[in-house]
Amino acid sequence: MSRILIIAEHDGAILNVATAKTLTGARALGVDDIDVAVFAADPAAVAGQAAELNGVSRVLSVAGADFAHPLAARLAPEVAAMAGDYSHILAPSTTFGKDLLPRAAALIGVNQVSDIMEVIDARTFKRPIYAGNAIVTVRVPEGGPVVATIRTASFAASEGGGSASIEERQPQAGDPGHTRFIKVEGSDGSGPDLSSAPIVVSGGRALGSADNFAIIYGLAKRMGAAVGASRAAVDAGYVPNELQVGQTGKIIAPDLYFAIGISGAIQHLTGIKDAGTIVAINKDAEAPIFEIADLGLVGDLFEIIPELEKAL
Amino acid sequence: MKILVALKRVVDYNVRVRVKSDGSGVETDGVKMSINPFDEIALEEALRIKERGQAEEVIVCSMGGADVQQQLRTGLAMGADRAIHVETAGAVQPLTAARILLKLIEKEQPGIAFLGKQAIDDDCNQTGQMLAALWDRPQATFASKVDISEGKATVKREVDAGLETIEVDLPAVLTSDLRLNEPRFVKLPDIMKAKRKPLDTIGLNELGVEAAAELESISFEPPPKRGGGKMVESVGQLVSELKNKGLL
Ligand SMILES: Cc1cc2nc3c(=O)[nH]c(=O)nc-3n(C[C@H](O)[C@H](O)[C@H](O)COP(=O)(O)OP(=O)(O)OC[C@H]3O[C@@H](n4cnc5c(N)ncnc54)[C@H](O)[C@@H]3O)c2cc1C
Repeated sequence: MSRILIIAEHDGAILNVATAKTLTGARALGVDDIDVAVFAADPAAVAGQAAELNGVSRVLSVAGADFAHPLAARLAPEVAAMAGDYSHILAPSTTFGKDLLPRAAALIGVNQVSDIMEVIDARTFKRPIYAGNAIVTVRVPEGGPVVATIRTASFAASEGGGSASIEERQPQAGDPGHTRFIKVEGSDGSGPDLSSAPIVVSGGRALGSADNFAIIYGLAKRMGAAVGASRAAVDAGYVPNELQVGQTGKIIAPDLYFAIGISGAIQHLTGIKDAGTIVAINKDAEAPIFEIADLGLVGDLFEIIPELEKAL
Repeated sequence: MKILVALKRVVDYNVRVRVKSDGSGVETDGVKMSINPFDEIALEEALRIKERGQAEEVIVCSMGGADVQQQLRTGLAMGADRAIHVETAGAVQPLTAARILLKLIEKEQPGIAFLGKQAIDDDCNQTGQMLAALWDRPQATFASKVDISEGKATVKREVDAGLETIEVDLPAVLTSDLRLNEPRFVKLPDIMKAKRKPLDTIGLNELGVEAAAELESISFEPPPKRGGGKMVESVGQLVSELKNKGLL
């Protein structure tokens, strides 16, 4: 039996693009049947979007009031209950997938493959370890399904044009009642999304304050880019945590990345390795960021950025 | 309430890890080893909860060969009350680690099992979630703020969309993110004191844990290198290079 199940990520209304990237990873497995499970309070809209993705055979639409927020403790038993029908169970390696899938894997009784970056065959994969300093090829033993998260920066989003069937399913487990969603606070959603924007402008500790960081927002706006940041800039409170790029932040693959006043620590670089072109602006000619930058400019960012804005 | 904190011995985060030339693994000989930074943050948080009077005992545990006792001693020096070393032949993968932790939980009955969200060697980010599943208890992963009151933990979680707040009933598994706290520095007298704190060693068989089928590591390779960069002299040159590449 070869059949893939992808757990859809969404916000209740819109299917997250990470799901379409996971689908591309799934299609590399050479398995024809790919199902997408949508757990939501009202799954119709998201299920419809999933059905349009090219390569999806079926969408399993599971409605439940307690699916309004994706709590791993609630969803993992649902995923585990579906597992018997599948050779592979996949989710994107986003905070959603990272939270949920290991919990499901443990219920199924298998180790998980985290962050697949390349598919060798149906049970053999490449994944990064040591903050991307090494790549390991792992094989999943026989005797259980492959449960894996897909490193979304390694796969382009699958295109639309599909017309999968949508089947309604009933929840199999109940609400354990011990975990309650309270709220989520985040950016207002204006400006491009950091995870998928073609251009990203990131600032580091060098910005020195939240006020000074406005210069990065200004440049980003000018370029239609998303804003990112190093951990040091987030730790210092210049920008919120969801802007962090790197090993413990977002792993991104924009066409063009600006690292401004960022030294280039390995944990930051691991988040941008798949960027098309990396531009570094740093006043220290010895900064490690220049070792991986495609284009480097040595100088004071507070002089360079205004000049750059003018030149654009 | 007891808090159980799991500490993993990993290559220090400052070390630039290199793949062995024969692709059989990464170079770890003579390399500085430390507590996984996320686990150190988990321990710090556990100690602060205890210092606020909300826990009576902080227990650190680790798995592996005898050398993990170094990290357990560091954990004791930071302020943990006692340590448990589960002897295994080398590192274990997340599901086995979770099964081992479950056995310790059954013995110790902690109110919180506190782990790091991921280990910086295998970067798996699985063990806490797996433990919560096996224990059939709540999980609050990627925590950047934890408040304990009346048998509940209110946890701010770092998620892709921003900061999510959830409330979980205790006992529960919490996993730490980097901004949860800044771990304390260990002082020399604490290192001396730590030598007298209890450190128990238990064999894997004694615990009666069934090891999970492990993923097989076939080969290791260095990451693909990015092509050599080019320095530009001016903003004008930068803009024209970007235009040439069709990026502007
Ligand atoms: C377990 C772990 C996980 C981590 N995860 C991440 C992660 O996900 N993402 C991440 O980014 N970091 C991460 N880090 C932190 C990382 O090691 C670095 O500390 C961090 O990336 C440094 O941020 P920075 O480059 O902004 O600051 P710094 O290293 O302080 O660099 C500032 C740079 O700005 C330059 N500069 C100063 N003034 C100017 C000026 N006026 N004009 C131009 N340039 C100037 C300096 O020359 C310097 O190169 C992690 C660390 C650990 C231990």
